[in-house]
Formats: sequence, C-alpha cells, structure tokens
Amino acid sequence: MSDIALETDDLTMEFKGFRAVNGVALRVRRGSIHALIGPNGAGKTTCFNLLTKFLTPTAGSIRYNGRDITRAKPADVARLGLVRSFQISAVFPHLTVKENVRIALQRHKRGDSFDFWRSERVLRALDAEALALVEAVGLSSFADTLAVELSYGRKRALEIATTLALDPEMLLLDEPMAGMGREDVDRTAELIRRISKDRTILMVEHNLSVVASLSDHITVLARGKILAEGDYATVSKDPRVVEAYIGAGHA
Amino acid sequence: MAHAAAPVDAAPIAAALPESRDAKALHRMVFIGLAVLLAVLPFGLYPVFLMKVLCFALFALAFNLLLGYGGLLSFGHAAYFGMASYVSAYAAKNWGVTPEVAILAGTLTAALLGLAFGALAIRRQGIYFSMITLALAQMVFFFSLQAKMTGGEDGIQAVPRGRLFGLIDLADDRVLYVLVALIFFGGLLLIYRIIHSPFGQVLKAIRDNEPRAISLGYRTTRYKLAVFVLSTTLAGLAGATKAIVFQLASLTDVHWSMSGEVVLMTLVGGMGTVFGPIAGSFVIVAMENYLAEFGAWVTIIQGCVFVVCVLVFREGVVGLVARKLRKPL
Repeated sequence: MSDIALETDDLTMEFKGFRAVNGVALRVRRGSIHALIGPNGAGKTTCFNLLTKFLTPTAGSIRYNGRDITRAKPADVARLGLVRSFQISAVFPHLTVKENVRIALQRHKRGDSFDFWRSERVLRALDAEALALVEAVGLSSFADTLAVELSYGRKRALEIATTLALDPEMLLLDEPMAGMGREDVDRTAELIRRISKDRTILMVEHNLSVVASLSDHITVLARGKILAEGDYATVSKDPRVVEAYIGAGHA
Repeated sequence: MAHAAAPVDAAPIAAALPESRDAKALHRMVFIGLAVLLAVLPFGLYPVFLMKVLCFALFALAFNLLLGYGGLLSFGHAAYFGMASYVSAYAAKNWGVTPEVAILAGTLTAALLGLAFGALAIRRQGIYFSMITLALAQMVFFFSLQAKMTGGEDGIQAVPRGRLFGLIDLADDRVLYVLVALIFFGGLLLIYRIIHSPFGQVLKAIRDNEPRAISLGYRTTRYKLAVFVLSTTLAGLAGATKAIVFQLASLTDVHWSMSGEVVLMTLVGGMGTVFGPIAGSFVIVAMENYLAEFGAWVTIIQGCVFVVCVLVFREGVVGLVARKLRKPL
C-alpha cells in the first residue's frame, strides 16, 4: 500500500459561479495527523464535505487508498474505513450512551440490519464491547443516560467513542474542539492523540494551539486554494499565511 | 447529496423515554390487558363496530410505524389501505377465493404498490416526501374512480365473506370478530417486534440524526424504503380485512380524507407510542359512530378535538400517560 492514504487532484467545487474550493491537491500521509486550517470562508468546510462525500465535486478527483471515490456515496465511503465527525456534535439524542456506541458496532460487526423479525436481544452480544468503548472515553457512569442529557464536552467524547466503534482506518474530524471549554479541549486533544495510533487523521480546526501541538502536517487554505503546506513552524512563519490571517498591512 | 449537517429534532416526546426492563414488563401487561379486552368487549359492544375499530387501529398502527418510528409523514396512506381493500373485495367476489386468500392478495398488492411508490417518494425529504406520497395517492384515487374493476362510484358491493380456509363460515359476526381480532393482534405484535428489532434500532438512529447514521455507513434510504413497505403492507392488511368485514370496497377508502383520518388517529392517540394509535382510532371511530346523528357536524367536532389535542397534549392520549409513568408505551 502506498504511503498516501488520501489524495485529491484539482479538487474543485463551484456554487453558481463561486469557486469555494479551487483546484486543491491534497496529500494526506498514512499514519499522520494532518490539519486543514485557514481563515473564515477559505473553503475548509466545503473541502471537508467533499472528502466525506456529503458534497460531490464539480471537478477533480479524490482517491482513498489508491481507489477513486470521487463519485462514491457517503455511506459507502464510511464502509471503506473513512469515517467523519461533525461540527455540531453528532450523537443520536434519544438513544442512550451505550446504544449510541452500539449502533456503530452494529453496523461494523453485523453489516446491514434489515432483520425486523428478530428481537433486539441479539444486540446484547455487542454490549460488552460498547461498554468498553464508553469506558475508554470516560463515560462509564453515563452508559444508560440519554445522549441528549449530556454536556457538550461529553457529547463530543461520545461521538468519538461512536466513531471508534467502526475501527476506522482514517478519521476526518470537523472542528473537534469547536465550542469547548479549556478543560474539554485538553481532554479531547489527549483523546485524539491516543486514537491516532495506527490511524490517519485529517482535521479541520480553528484552535491554532491545538493544531500546533497535535498535527504533523498542516495545509493552509485561503480563498479555496492551498496557500502553504508543511509543519507548524514552517507554516506559521510563512508571510502569506500571516497576511491571510491578519490581513495585508499588518504583515 | 446535499445533507444539512444539523439534525432536525423531529423525534416525538413520548419516544424520548429510555427503554428499560420494567418498561418491557409494563408492555407485557398492556398486551395481556389488550388480549383480555379483545375477548371481553364483544359481549358489551356491537361486534361490527369493534371490527371497524380494529381495522382502523391496525391501519393507524401501520401508519405510526412510518411516522413515529421512521420519521416519515406519508400523506397518501389511503392508497394502500384502499387498493388492498379493492383487490381483496374483487378477489373474494369475482374469483371466488376464500377470505384468507383474498386478504393476502390485497396485502400483497399494498406491499408492491408501497415498494413502487416508496422508491419514488423516499428520494425527497420532509414536506416534499409528503407531497409526493399525496400526489401518487391521488393518482390511485383517479384510477379507482375510472377503472372498471373498482366499480367507480358504486365500489365493489355485496362481497361474500365466504368460508375461512373453505371450512369456517364467517357470516356470523362473532366468528368473523375472532378472525379480525387475531389479525389485529398479530399485526400489533409484528409492529412491536419491528420497533424492538436490530432494524428498529437503526430506524431510531436514522430518525434521530440521519447524516450521522450515514456517516456510520448506514445506507439510510434503504432502511426508509424498508419501513415504508412494511408500513404499506400492514396498512394493506387492514384495508383488505375491512373489505371482508363490511363486504364493501369503495372510494371512501382511497380518498385523501382517509389519509387525513389516519394522521388524526395517530396524533390523537400519540405518535411514536406503540399503543397510541389504538386509542386514537377507538376515539375517532367511536365519535363517527355515536355522533352520526349530528351529520356533517361530526367533521367539525373532530376538527375541534384535533386542535385541542395538538394544543393541550401534543404527545397524544397515550403519550401523556407514558410521560406521567416516565416509561415509553
């Protein structure tokens, strides 16, 4: 298998004449934590939605493990081991914490569940594994709580546990720290570092200190194009990056 | 694919209560209570009235499976109820088949119609989905009005009840009542099982947050189509049975107002509760029967009941009880 987990060529997304993403060529190395940053309106979220197939690009191609996924459906991409998170904490609010994780295990272990004639008792076989994942993110005491009742930080932790249940090869995290307090940020950063073992992670993140401490490689987007690439030290010194963030004149 | 990232909080309140072991025990009690009621009621109430309630209750249960657990508001469920009723009546009258075969033929028709219509409607979400189901149902209504087999304005009348399995004469209301009660109870048990199956678990997840379910690798449209077909099939079972009970299939059964009525029954009883639609259909059918002397006023009274219901207890009669007990019903 090649060294590159995910790559795009000339990735372009046009909305009625406006190019939100313009000819982006991204290379995400296997096993790395790769951050996608940029000022507001740089096209990060659009780019992210293209990679997770929630949008279909107007031009260009996306390859995952050498396989063209440009036209693949989002559910199918997830089945290939490329799993995304959402900016708004994505839990199933009216399922319990355990059930949230179990629904992911259910897909991963059983495949499709069209067996409407069988009792849900068969799912108990997955309970032990679900509870282990719940414990791994420190939610053991909330296992039977409805997800809707969790605090923001805990919802994010639950979301990560749910994602991990799929044992994905690659994770796409959409602003994992958005709206978090200082304490939650540290805990989540630690969690991401822990799960990054044997996995490839691409994340969009605003919190630059998080990006600095977590990521191996950074791609800076501005106006839909790649402005700079490299590690944090390289990128943060790049005058074009400074200008894009602070604005011309201040640089 | 343009999915909004923000999940819509469409889950009914009553369904938000956690399923627990003592909830299961409570459900078992309700099932036993219902079975006892089904056995006792025909001694006090008119069997034909009860059979009408049971047919509509099954129809509403089927509808609620789609709305309350699939999160899909179909506004054309009369099409499946009505077409099944026509096919069942036609088969019993013109082919001379036994009633169980007639009912099966009607049910199968509703399943196939549901598969075809569902495959089209499921491609759109929210109000567009509802509108497509309505438009398709209107086409079925037009077909029923014009086609020869449905008898136009007359419908199919004087349908023989026949002999069950060629043996048991169903002419006696009390005998037929047993059959209808069994069909109803079987349908209820099946729906309960669907809700509490691995499939049902996925449905709840999709209703709660579809984009997230997709991102976990669930091909959600297939699940929605599956629950749509299950719902239309059971609606068809209700319609096909009703045709045998009343020995009649008519335009009323395919009219859009029938689609509206089933929404009403479900909401009054409690959307997203297992047992709500039964209570809802009992209330609505009882109103139609016992207030019949008021004529057109029944519709107005129903309208008022509906408005009060939505304003005062949004979660329906059974939903209200469930909230008081803090257990899902």
